[in-house]
Amino acid sequence: MSSSSEKQTKIAIRNLYKIFGADPESVLEDVKAGMSKDDLMEQHRHVLGLNNINVDIKQGDITVMMGLSGSGKSTLIRHLNRLIEPTAGEVELDGVNIVDLNEKELRRLRREEMSMVFQHFALLPHRTVLENAGMALDVRGVPKSEFESEANKWLDRVGLQGLGEQYPHQLSGGMQQRVGIARALTSNSPVMLMDEAFSALDPLIRTDMQDLLLDLQEELKKTVVFISHDLDEALKLADHLVILKDGYVVQQGEPQEILMRPNDPYIVDFISDINRARVLRVRSVMEKTQDIPENVAGEIDYDDTLESVIALSAGETGLTFVVTRHGAQVGVLKMTDLVKALVPTAAAQDGMRSSAA
Amino acid sequence: MATYDFVFRALGLEDWCEAGGESSAPMSMDALVSQTTGEEASTSIWELPFPSMDALNQACPAFPQSRNVTLGLENGFLAVKDSMSVVLDPITQPLSWLLEGALYGILTTPWWIIIPLLLAIVWFISKSWKLLAFVALSIGGLAFIDYYSYAMQTLAIIMVCAFLCVLFGVPIGIAMSRSDRMRASTIPVLDMLQTLPPFVYLIPLIFLFSVTEPKLYGIAIILYAIVPVIRLTDLGIRMVDETVIEAANAFGMTKRQKLYGVQIPLALPNIMAGVNQTIMMSLAMVVIASLVSAPGLGVLVLRGINNLELGVGLVSGLGIVLLAVMLDRTTKAALDRINAAQKG
Ligand SMILES: Nc1ncnc2c1ncn2[C@@H]1O[C@H](COP(=O)(O)OP(=O)(O)O)[C@@H](O)[C@H]1O
Ligand SMILES: [Mg+2]
Repeated sequence: MSSSSEKQTKIAIRNLYKIFGADPESVLEDVKAGMSKDDLMEQHRHVLGLNNINVDIKQGDITVMMGLSGSGKSTLIRHLNRLIEPTAGEVELDGVNIVDLNEKELRRLRREEMSMVFQHFALLPHRTVLENAGMALDVRGVPKSEFESEANKWLDRVGLQGLGEQYPHQLSGGMQQRVGIARALTSNSPVMLMDEAFSALDPLIRTDMQDLLLDLQEELKKTVVFISHDLDEALKLADHLVILKDGYVVQQGEPQEILMRPNDPYIVDFISDINRARVLRVRSVMEKTQDIPENVAGEIDYDDTLESVIALSAGETGLTFVVTRHGAQVGVLKMTDLVKALVPTAAAQDGMRSSAA
Repeated sequence: MATYDFVFRALGLEDWCEAGGESSAPMSMDALVSQTTGEEASTSIWELPFPSMDALNQACPAFPQSRNVTLGLENGFLAVKDSMSVVLDPITQPLSWLLEGALYGILTTPWWIIIPLLLAIVWFISKSWKLLAFVALSIGGLAFIDYYSYAMQTLAIIMVCAFLCVLFGVPIGIAMSRSDRMRASTIPVLDMLQTLPPFVYLIPLIFLFSVTEPKLYGIAIILYAIVPVIRLTDLGIRMVDETVIEAANAFGMTKRQKLYGVQIPLALPNIMAGVNQTIMMSLAMVVIASLVSAPGLGVLVLRGINNLELGVGLVSGLGIVLLAVMLDRTTKAALDRINAAQKG
């Protein structure tokens, strides 16, 4: 997990608005002037879907968009491949505004640049698992004899060896979603969109799927946009976390940063229930220093979780650890600081909303 | 004096009424009755006639009688009939050829080719030994009692008409599923076709085409039977899971790829249910159509009624039931196989 500033922006979302209703243009000015979602509904009978979204999605990152049901996550991700047309704003892919694409260019983008994984799998029930996995190539006109090996390769990779001739309804939910992932991978697109891809699965299977995704990502380094309403999932997967509420971005940034410095009561609420020791990492809590402290109890890694440090300390609160990264010291962690970090944060006093509220 | 004289007096239309001239209008029934009995029309409130056209005509001879309405309709129809025939005749002529060809073909081909062919089709569609045995026994039985040629004529007509229903019905259903406007304008027509008693279609058709032409009953059957296949195609395509359609869009399918690769295959169970109903309705109509010279088992039913030949009527009725069961089971078996392939 390196800092994202050095990476290239793959997708840039700029001042994006989406209003659902009979005449969205007519109320756009009201929304830009700051009308809230509830007021817009009450006064103009329009639904505010997205409100001035600005997000940079970096190449090779997993960007997680999180929020409660109805906060606009699905609407936002569908703007990236224009399954939904924006009311105003831009979405740039490699610097090209996709809002300006004509039908043919848009089709090329959907076929070659972006693939999608759906919450309810959305496999074609009348086609075999193999044909489903090869769907992206089939759509491009590649004959089955040619896409078969590619589709089989990805089916094997997601753990579905030998199931190519089955039909989707013969598989369990978790296996169907593996087909969904294989389908997205077979398209060989640099961007993968996942709308609550694991939300419909049992907790244990969900964990497996998250591990599978991280594993694949290690190898493939795709640009993944992942939607979730589950904070634990978001924290596990995210390089960059975007928190949505009522269609606007409440806060975005590195997940550790958001945990340590939430800037809104909404987020404080959100993170109050999580096991902080399990998700917070040493690098977020340590004191950055090259000085070697007295009474060093041991060495810990920059990316270790606090939970593992607590286990190492066997509950002693007086200890101090040296933090290393690639073998070199980058900081020092006092157990007392660690314990302080475990106290749930109140909204930072000086926190500023990152977007129009 | 008539009950509604005052209406015309109040409107100041007496002159117009007089000018209408009593002599030109034929006498209405009431007038005739009152004339022969020599009584004035009663004015008691209990016997107040509804202000119908005939009642008003009595008060004012220039006012049209109700028979003028039916007469006018008839004249109007006869006036456009010739020009309609000029257009409709050539368009529908292929239907006559198809029906004549099918009837000729099925009767001139020897039975030892037709029966095995039918059995092969049933086997190919249903893959069920039980159904195959049932069909073999039924056709064999009908042939044994010398009803073979009638049953085959009925079957030939049904096959031609059901084929044309599917040929036209499925595209119409697809068009309806794609455009709400098209749907809104088609549904009243379908409702009308479905609620009109079949005898009523026959009336204008008899005027348009000559009774000896096969297309007359062909059109009647198609109009009656095409409705379910249209409705169920539309419904089937509209019911296709939206998330699957979204996935098809997200992977960049063209409209055409979506239609042939996703929508039609997923609507197929519904379309097949429509085909099944269409075939059953063709069968019902082909019996009625024997009134207008459709050959087959219906002719025998009609003979049973007209000549009070109880045995002929009952046996041909049984033959129709057997045909119905064969057609129904075979198409349902096809439907089941499609369902099994899609939803274990
Ligand atoms: N087609 C639509 N018409 C009207 N309102 C919509 C439509 N799609 C979504 N919305 C509204 O937009 C908001 C965001 O919806 P959605 O993006 O589905 O939320 P999420 O995926 O975060 O649960 C909700 O209030 C929803 O009711
Ligand atoms: Mg959603």
